[in-house]
Amino acid sequence: MAKHVWIRKKGECYFLSVLNMEKKVIEAIGISKSFHDPITVKVLTDVSFAIHAGEFVSVVGKSGCGKSTLLYILSTMDTSYEGELLLDGVSMKNKKDAELARVRNEKIGFVFQFHYLLNEFNNLHNVMLPGLKYEKLTPKEVEHHAYEKLKILGIEKEALKYPNQLSGGQKQRVAIARALINDPLIIMGDEPTGNLDKKNSDVVFHIFKELAEEYQQSLLIVTHDLDFAANTQRTITMEDGRIQKGPTNNLTA
Amino acid sequence: MKINLITRISVALLTARLKQTIIAAFGVTFSITMFITLLSFMAGLNDLLDNLILNRTPHIRLYNEILPSPIQPINRSTAYPGAYHFVKHIKPKNELPEIRNSEAIIKALENDPNVRGVAPKNTVAVFYNVGAINLTGVINGIDVDAENRLFIFQDYVVEGKTQDLKNTPNSIILGIGVAKKMLVRIGDNIQITTSDGTRFPLKVVGFFQSGIEELDKVQSYATLATTQKILGKPVSYVTDIQIKLHDITLAPALARRYHTRFGTEAIDIQTANAQFETGSSVRTLISYAVGITLLIVAGFGIYNILNMMIYEKMDSIAILKATGFSGKDVNAIFITIALTIGLVGGALGLIFGLGLSALIGEIPFDTPSLPTVKTYPISYNPKFYIIGAVFSIITTYLAGYFPSKKASRVDPVDIIRGK
Ligand SMILES: Nc1ncnc2c1ncn2[C@@H]1O[C@H](COP(=O)(O)OP(=O)(O)OP(=O)(O)O)[C@@H](O)[C@H]1O
Ligand SMILES: [Mg+2]
Repeated sequence: MAKHVWIRKKGECYFLSVLNMEKKVIEAIGISKSFHDPITVKVLTDVSFAIHAGEFVSVVGKSGCGKSTLLYILSTMDTSYEGELLLDGVSMKNKKDAELARVRNEKIGFVFQFHYLLNEFNNLHNVMLPGLKYEKLTPKEVEHHAYEKLKILGIEKEALKYPNQLSGGQKQRVAIARALINDPLIIMGDEPTGNLDKKNSDVVFHIFKELAEEYQQSLLIVTHDLDFAANTQRTITMEDGRIQKGPTNNLTA
Repeated sequence: MKINLITRISVALLTARLKQTIIAAFGVTFSITMFITLLSFMAGLNDLLDNLILNRTPHIRLYNEILPSPIQPINRSTAYPGAYHFVKHIKPKNELPEIRNSEAIIKALENDPNVRGVAPKNTVAVFYNVGAINLTGVINGIDVDAENRLFIFQDYVVEGKTQDLKNTPNSIILGIGVAKKMLVRIGDNIQITTSDGTRFPLKVVGFFQSGIEELDKVQSYATLATTQKILGKPVSYVTDIQIKLHDITLAPALARRYHTRFGTEAIDIQTANAQFETGSSVRTLISYAVGITLLIVAGFGIYNILNMMIYEKMDSIAILKATGFSGKDVNAIFITIALTIGLVGGALGLIFGLGLSALIGEIPFDTPSLPTVKTYPISYNPKFYIIGAVFSIITTYLAGYFPSKKASRVDPVDIIRGK
């Protein structure tokens, strides 16, 4: 999948592995975080990495090593950390609550272990809500868009049902459609297949894969499933709040 | 579009908890209904009691007090300047409390733009002769038309017609209390005696009931001409000039002015009836206090339902925030819920309040002391409805304020981590 490009500069030749574009959609620079309740525990130490547009990256690590904590910081929901977070080249430091909400709305799609669908709305409207909030498109267009996302995930037939009328795997797919509605810069997932059986996990994995390959969607997925991780383009391994050094590119990709 | 989205989410949350929502709204409805009914009824009662006095009382009354001569002979002596004089012997002159130059005063008052109307009056102290017994009483000599116009005299004449007083010479409308004691009917003749012993026959043409029993046992009405005849006085003889103003609040100031201008005593209604003002304002205060207490209780109902809703909808709040709704949006959603409950509950409350007070206004209320009142008095003052509406919105807003604030501060990370 990675394109290999030769660049000629001052007579020297560099071999670069470039992914679609040089553009970094998200970049963490020396992010650290401690909890102070009840005693100070350092959960993240000097985490630095970047994800390029179109990359499908997985994060693995032992339970309690700080994966979720990192993801909450990257998604701008958690703002108490040291270091620098750049989203689309823009620093997220010193942004107001409403501005961060806007960033989450426009640039980040989040998929959790739990689906978090609103039972008061049907699946279509659940998918539409962040799109309506964005206000870039008219409600009619948002609806059309939502149908397309549901189609990608193969559940357009369930659009007018309510979340409690769906299976666990179907709910998770609606949640992924919701994450896609505003064509985000990056999709983040915190064990999105954690609640699913093997079959449904595979379905979700293939959806992610398809999103990455066909739609050049950047993805950052935390997982415990090593098979899952091995099938992504790159795996970041964490241990005790640090990123482990070593090769990260998965050759099988 | 954004407002629309916020309302859609609010409505979805509301309908998901329809039962509790209805109960909370019903709390507001109940309190506004009671608030409106209570105030309408109290105000109706106040108006009734006030009118009992106000309708029958001139805004300013000009009269002469029988007073001893202010300059006693001893004052003319210069022997002891600054000393206190014990010697007083010039008693009041033998004169009736006539307003001198009454015709000119009445004319001047009728041309005064502040004055709505003037009704001259005489009062004659008399004895009603009942067989061997004499009952003390007072006959008011009135200008029938002016009295009807300014003091709705006709409403208080429970039998007979006021016009008969004008058209029948030497006629009288007896106080109902007097009439009962004298066992007379309309068309009967009675005898009265004045304080100087003159006897005079009068024909009964009607009965009068003021609602104040003590008054009805004493007072009767005749025309000015009749009383002047009884007293043997000329047509200019008037002891009281009753004035109604366009604006009652000017009464004290104008009373002072007339006092100096016409050289008579002048008393304004506010001074004469201070206790009634106090009574009404205390009653009004109590109604407001009860009404507002009810609203506050309803406010706690809304506060509770919102807190419960927020507790139940933590997940929804978390995901809304995770997908880009700001704290402000979440706040707006819950304030909208609170205000919807308040507006719907309040609007129904206003309608039910109107209905209930109208219903009370239909209940028969017969009391012999209030001849003009047939049903419970209700005041349909739009002021109460405006206050009710404003208060229902304010209390629901306040009740929604803190829960909404709490919802807007929900940290999605806490909720998501908790799963
Ligand atoms: N609110 C908190 N207060 C104190 N410590 C916390 C808090 N939240 C998380 N931690 C600690 O931070 C560390 C990292 O937690 P985190 O949820 O990021 O782990 P994780 O890698 O996602 O684990 P898992 O794979 O089990 O989900 C843990 O040791 C946890 O105990
Ligand atoms: Mg985790």
